[in-house]
Formats: sequence, C-alpha cells, structure tokens
Amino acid sequence: MDKTINQKAWFLVLPVFLVVAFSAVLPLMTVVNYSMQDTFGNNQFFWNGVGWFKELLDPSTDLGGRFLASLGRNLFFSAVILAIEVPLGIVVALSMPREGWTVAACLVILALPLLIPWNVVGTIWQIFGRPDIGLLGYVLNHLGFNYNYVSNEVDAWVTVIVMDVWHWTSLVALLCYAGLKSIPDAYYQAAQIDGASRWAVFKAIQLPKMNRVLLIAVLLRFMDSFMIYTEPFVVTGGGPGNSTTFVSIELVKIALGQFDLGKAAALSLVYNLIILIVCWVFYTVMTNAGSERPVKEGAA
Amino acid sequence: MARIDLVDLAQSYNGNDAPLESFALKPVTMTWRQGGAYALLGPSGCGKTTLLNLISGIVTPSRGQILFDGKDITPLSTQKRNIAQVFQFPVIYDTMTVGENLAFPLKNRGVARAEVEARVKQIADLLDLTPYLNRKATRLTADAKQKISLGRGLVRSDVAAVLFDEPLTVIDPELKWQLRSKLKALHRELDLTMIYVTHDQTEALTFADTVVVMHDGRVVQSGTPAELFDKPEHTFVGYFIGSPGMNIVPAEVSGHEARIDGHVIGLHRNYGVLPAGKKIEIGVRPEFVDVAAPASGLLSAKIERIDDLGRIQFARVRIGNTKLAARVPPGFSVSGDTAGLIFNPAYVHVYADSHLVEGVA
Repeated sequence: MDKTINQKAWFLVLPVFLVVAFSAVLPLMTVVNYSMQDTFGNNQFFWNGVGWFKELLDPSTDLGGRFLASLGRNLFFSAVILAIEVPLGIVVALSMPREGWTVAACLVILALPLLIPWNVVGTIWQIFGRPDIGLLGYVLNHLGFNYNYVSNEVDAWVTVIVMDVWHWTSLVALLCYAGLKSIPDAYYQAAQIDGASRWAVFKAIQLPKMNRVLLIAVLLRFMDSFMIYTEPFVVTGGGPGNSTTFVSIELVKIALGQFDLGKAAALSLVYNLIILIVCWVFYTVMTNAGSERPVKEGAA
Repeated sequence: MARIDLVDLAQSYNGNDAPLESFALKPVTMTWRQGGAYALLGPSGCGKTTLLNLISGIVTPSRGQILFDGKDITPLSTQKRNIAQVFQFPVIYDTMTVGENLAFPLKNRGVARAEVEARVKQIADLLDLTPYLNRKATRLTADAKQKISLGRGLVRSDVAAVLFDEPLTVIDPELKWQLRSKLKALHRELDLTMIYVTHDQTEALTFADTVVVMHDGRVVQSGTPAELFDKPEHTFVGYFIGSPGMNIVPAEVSGHEARIDGHVIGLHRNYGVLPAGKKIEIGVRPEFVDVAAPASGLLSAKIERIDDLGRIQFARVRIGNTKLAARVPPGFSVSGDTAGLIFNPAYVHVYADSHLVEGVA
C-alpha cells in the first residue's frame, strides 16, 4: 500500500518540537556553551576549550579537588542510605497488615513524610536537632551525648542520613508492599504445604517477586540521593567545613556564589552524564530481567 | 499414608454462630481409605475446595474433627500435617531450578541428601522432567510448570494424602489426557491416597475409583462411577453426571406405578404409598428412554430437536412443560413431530424431595 504523503503533518509535530527546544535543548546548549568559556562578569566571555573539563578531573586543582571530594561524599551518602532504606523498607512492608482497616491507616502514615516539601523536611530536622530548643538535640544532650550537628562532622552526617531515612524509607516500603500484595495466596499456601520456614518463604517467594519493584526503588532512591540538595543545605548548609557538601551544593556554590559560570557549566555537564549513565545501566538491567521468555518444552 | 476420617466436619466463613444453611461446608462424616483415588466433584462454589483446604489445614474448621489413622490432627498446622497439595495454578519458586523446586519440600523437612536426590530423580522420571532438572523453572511453559507443582506434591513418600485442586485447569486439552493418565499411573505406582477436586465429570470419572459428588456444601453421594450413573441418590447427581443429564419428571407414584400426565409407567419396585407433602419425581437417564412411533400404549411427546452426538442420537422432547431427552434407537428414523416414549423400568428411580426412595423388590 502506498503511504499518503502530506507535508502538512509536520505542523502537528511543531508544537512538541518547540516546547522541547525551549525547555531542554536550548538551555542545555547554553550550558555547553558556557562550559567552554570563562567570564569575569560584565557579559564578557573568553574561549577556554576543554580546559574546565581537564581541571574538573584533576584532583590537584581547586575545582577538581572540590568536585571529586563532593562526588565521593555523595556516593558514600547514597550507598549508606540505600543500605539502610532498602532493607528497612522491606522489613516495614513485610510487617504491614495484609487486609482490614489497618492497611489504610498504615498506608496514610507511611505516605505522610513523602508529602512534605523538601525544604520543610530540612527545617523540621534543623529545629528538631538543635541542642537548645530542638526536642532531639535537647534530649540527647541531657542524656549525656554531646550532640551538635553544627560543629561535629559525625553528628552532621548522622543527622542528614537519619533525616533522609525518615523522609524516604516510606517510598521503598510502599513499593515493596505493592510487590508483596501481587503475590497470589496460592504461593503462601504451597509454601506451607512444602513445609517452608518463614525465612525460606521470604527467600524463595517474597524476595524474587519483589525483584522488579526493588530495582525501581533502588533506582529512584539512588537518583534522588545523588541529586540531593535542599535538605542538607537547609540543615547543615554543607558544613561543618565542607563535610556535608554534596555535588549539587558545590555546584550552586560555584555557579551562584563565585559566579564561575564556565566551571559550573562543566561540572553540571559531567554530573548530568553520570546520572544518565547510571539510568542507562539500571534500565538495561531491568529490561533484561523482564525479558525472560518461556522456553517451549522439547526445545532442550 | 493413612486412613482419613472426617467427623462431623463443617466450615462457616461467617463464624460458627451463622445459620447452618449459610455454611460453606455443612457437617459431613466420611472416611477416605488409604491408597484410594478419590474425586471431589461438584459445580463452582459447592464447597469442594473448602473441604480440601480443611484437610490440608489451610483452613481451620468451624466444627468437627479430622483424623489421620484415628489420630486427631485438627489443631495441627499445615506444616505438621504431612499432607501434599497441588493448586489450580502452577506455583513455582522462581529462583530455583526444576530440580531444586522438586527437592524443596524434602529439604525443608531435613531429609538426607542422598534420599532427596533419589526421590527427585524418580519423580522427574515419572513426569518426564529429567531433561529440565538443571533449568531455571521460570523459563518453562505453563504445563511444564504445573508438572513441577505436581512433582512437588508427589515427591514426599510419607504423606498421608496428596490433594489436587483442579490441577489441570491451565493445561491444554490434548495434554490433559496425558497428564490424567499419568496421574492414574502414578497412583498405582506410588500407593498414595489421592483426592482430586474438579468440576469436570470426565476428569473425575476417569481418575477416581470413588467419586464424591458435592452440592451446595453437602456431600450428596459418594460411590463408584457406575453407581453414580446407574443409581443417583440425589436428583442433583442425576443431572450433574451424564451428558445429557438425567430426566427428572414430576409424577405421582404409588405401588408399582408412576403416573405422568395421566399416563401410567411401570416401575421395577414397589414404592407403596409415599408420604404426602413431598415433591415426588421420577428420574431416568436419557439412555434408558427410547423414542418410538406414536402408539396408544405409549406416553406421547412433542419432538423439539435431535442432537446427533455421532455415536448416539438424543431427541429433545417435551411433555406439557417438562423437557426430556431420549435415545433415538439405531435404525429408527423420526417422522413428524410427535413420538412415543418407551421407559426401561429397571432404570426408573423415584425421588422424594430430591432424595432417592428405595422401593421394595
């Protein structure tokens, strides 16, 4: 059959093309443009080629040192919160009721932290942890722990991590709960018949069935924690010193604090690239995990 | 291996105080002998799966007891009951290979490694699963998966009984026959008590030596396929088993005679005077009613259509408002739209309020 050729159809694509161009392509190109230049303000730009990128990857320079240090902190932070939130989320999901009115109650309570805006979460914990007026800080100090997130690096890290766990474990738990709910009763009954212990049920049925939602949970939590900005900025402002300065905080310092647009643009491009690569790896893993086709009997 | 006794067993999902009529399983007392092949047959919602789940312990009974070899196991959990059950849809442990799936029930019970291997090998051989033993179970077709589920049910040699809950639902028709005869062979080979739940009479009648027919939460009859066919104890058994089902016709019965529409049909037995106030019906299978040319001595009926089943033809006829099916004898050709009906008195049964009335010979 011959295709109908109608050039007017391009006009139907035009609105999307324009929106994407203005919302994504042009800003990105501007950043690429900045990343190749240096400026001293006054809208004067000087060509710098790939200079900023070289500096960025060289730890002996100021820019490279700051970038790599904050990247290290950020990766460590993501690893820690994943190591806490994923198992904790699974445990919470497993201990939730499977039916009755308590299900709704649990879901609402779990969803609450997810509904609070990031900067409010930051403010809550900033006050909560203060040794003078915050409930947590006050109690801890009265119990004899010398807790102060403003001056102690370990305390600052603990505060930021606990805050993230409080804020986001619910997400993992809700995803896992959805995965658990999709397991037919017959599996549990069969496991009972087969004499499986609680641990065997978890290992043989629940964990494999949660596989896919867990991948999504890990992906979402990794991306979010890798891009974290607001909460630590509100609570610690990146301090004490630079101890809780994550990549996005460093980026904002360079771009808006020092007005080094070239450096900041180069950093944000590399930052973006890392996120894209991680996304791609996760996407590949997830689609491959789901593409197992049944093999016809006798095809051995 | 055990004899299973059900003593006054009943189940209500609405609590024990609910009226008896609402019970999913009304009180039943019966015995399943060791090594028997039983089928629980009945339409959806008749309580057959409930009965099965009570035996396996997935559901705890509202009333009554379950005895294995005379020992009361009612309070025991499923794990401690020593029973195997295969479900309607295949249950596969995704992360394990076929072999590990089959070994799972044995490993959970701490059976020695050598014995596990021997037993898995035997069952895999019986079910033709040997070539797949090292394959991941998730990658197999639905019927191969169901074979694995069957295998997990059969792998333990010490079970009191193996329960099957409509296990062939997901299997293609051609494979159904194979698997069913395989199950029958396995039953002979392994000497296990098997209880097979189904709503398909062919499945039940081909698999079991004893068929238990359930209806509305009650066991209405249990017997061999021949008994169910020749002498249904309840009108439900009559029309549920057989295709087409038994003709059930309102009639007046006294002594050796049944009267339909003023026409007298001879009976083989003497029923004396039946109690008044009960709904009296006669039941006769279409195989034992022949159509013939209309004659003055015969009950005449209006022919609505002829169903040709190939080997045999059934005429769908009507007497007043009552519909019947009757055999068209070989060589007889129907002409016109009325016919006479010839009843075989030996197979005409009398029912009072749906229950069989035994006459006196």
